[in-house]
Amino acid sequence: MNGAGIIKGMIETARNFAGSYHDSKRLTTVQYPEEKLAPVENARTIPFLVYDGGDAMPGLRCTACMICEKECPPQCIYIVKDQVKKPDFVGKMQMQPKVFDIDISVCMSCGICVEVCPFDAIKMDQVFELSTNDRFGGLLLNKTQLAKPNEYFNKLHKTEASEIDARRIEEKQKAEAAAAAKAAAPKPPAAPGGAK
Amino acid sequence: MSASTTTVELAERAPENQLLEVSLGPQHPSTHGVFRMDVALDGETVVKLKPVFGYLHRNHEKIAEKCSYLGSMPYTDRLDYICSLTNNWAYALTVEKLAGLVAPERAEYIRVILSELTRLINHSALAGFLLQDMGALGTPLMYAFREREKILDLFESLTGARMMCNYMRFGGCRCDLPPGWIEQARSLVAEFPKFLDEFEALLTGNEILLARTEGVGVLPAKLAVNAGVTGPMLRASGVNYDIRKVDAYGVYGRFKFRVPLGERGDVFDRYMLRILEMRESLKILDQAMRDLPGGPIMDPKAKLRNLRPKPGEAYGRIEGPKGELGFYLISDGGPNPYRYRVRPPSLINLTILEDMCLGQTIADAVVILGSVDIVLGEVDR
Repeated sequence: MNGAGIIKGMIETARNFAGSYHDSKRLTTVQYPEEKLAPVENARTIPFLVYDGGDAMPGLRCTACMICEKECPPQCIYIVKDQVKKPDFVGKMQMQPKVFDIDISVCMSCGICVEVCPFDAIKMDQVFELSTNDRFGGLLLNKTQLAKPNEYFNKLHKTEASEIDARRIEEKQKAEAAAAAKAAAPKPPAAPGGAK
Repeated sequence: MSASTTTVELAERAPENQLLEVSLGPQHPSTHGVFRMDVALDGETVVKLKPVFGYLHRNHEKIAEKCSYLGSMPYTDRLDYICSLTNNWAYALTVEKLAGLVAPERAEYIRVILSELTRLINHSALAGFLLQDMGALGTPLMYAFREREKILDLFESLTGARMMCNYMRFGGCRCDLPPGWIEQARSLVAEFPKFLDEFEALLTGNEILLARTEGVGVLPAKLAVNAGVTGPMLRASGVNYDIRKVDAYGVYGRFKFRVPLGERGDVFDRYMLRILEMRESLKILDQAMRDLPGGPIMDPKAKLRNLRPKPGEAYGRIEGPKGELGFYLISDGGPNPYRYRVRPPSLINLTILEDMCLGQTIADAVVILGSVDIVLGEVDR
């Protein structure tokens, strides 16, 4: 019969329409600004810098090694090394960034900086309401704006953060043990060339 | 002088078959993206059609020659932005050939699962867009996007992004499947045929759809082969050529699936073939998720940074949802490729648009363009 296909299609539409009133599975949207879906654990938007302890700048994990700046495909990271070093979590002296800027209007959220960072210092955030009415300065984030505590990282990426924390504790204990062993061992006599 | 005399005078002055030139696009809603068709019309019939593109040119190939090998991976997401994971795979496959890396079995299975999910996304979105071109505004597209959304949620929980996944790496995948992912994917695959049945009930028998698509935009098999057309476009014309079967890259040789073929090569065949391909994709997904082995997901030889393949060249290709997606790389031993070239299926499938549209009406030209399945990110690069 001519028109049977159309009627069949109409029935399908009607079923969906009526179904949306009693089956919550058929309602696939949420009313965005009022309602928000919780982000999934792996979701990523823009990078942030992780710091340990209560103080942001002394606690930054970043050692200004410049790897992320070099690997970033759209080149949105800008780092200047500081002359003054600071001790890291195992007590070793490390470089620190004097300037660490990310232009998030250029950043394409690929997450390569996170993958290449050997110090677990840069991680992906999950904020997405980033619009601002300042086109230039507002989207260029400096290290103070980028710094977020480790607890925040733990909240976003729970599995990954707890793994990293466990590894860091282990490394710290190892370093402490090594330092204790070194302190306990008798001091070797000064090497002949040591004075030079 | 009244208005009626003007019309009469114009008609007298005009030659018998005066052509009307229309520039469709680049902001025409039906031209999928920033794409222009310069059409010459005789009445409503298309007598000349010139595709004009390049509005979305982003210099992808040159940027990739300046970037490290790893650095181009997120850019490949942005080629065909509907199916980023197949682009990732084609690029990773080529670099693996160039650098002599071998992805472990688990990674290969994950790649198959992800690329078949991508095929589901692409074909369902295409069917929705095609119907929108015919004037079925909204309903089919929204049904298709509802399903697409579920798959995108899976992608997000695995790769961190819905569309720009940036997931595959040279010699494996970036991260392993999170716990519970495979169960979620299984239930999605189990539910998907229901959507296909619904979609087909909505559309396939619809008389308006049949009237608009049957016998429209016929692409003869010989012309399709000569023009280098690949993918569903070629198979809809009845040529049995699927790189998953011909090349059996990855672990595709282990799965049982059929390659659906069209008969007439018209728009309806192209639409129907995509629906059938989705059903075959579901079979592959079933088998891949059943056989998914354990083990590592990265080649132990693979390095993330400072990849410097030996001087040489490689061409890797996969059966993308739109056709043969190939990458051609030449290495001179440096940290970035000396030459980087993409063989985009969208662009090459688009070259025969004029042959399919000549003699059809202008309204059909839009439908034919919709059935070619182009994404301008890939056409212009």
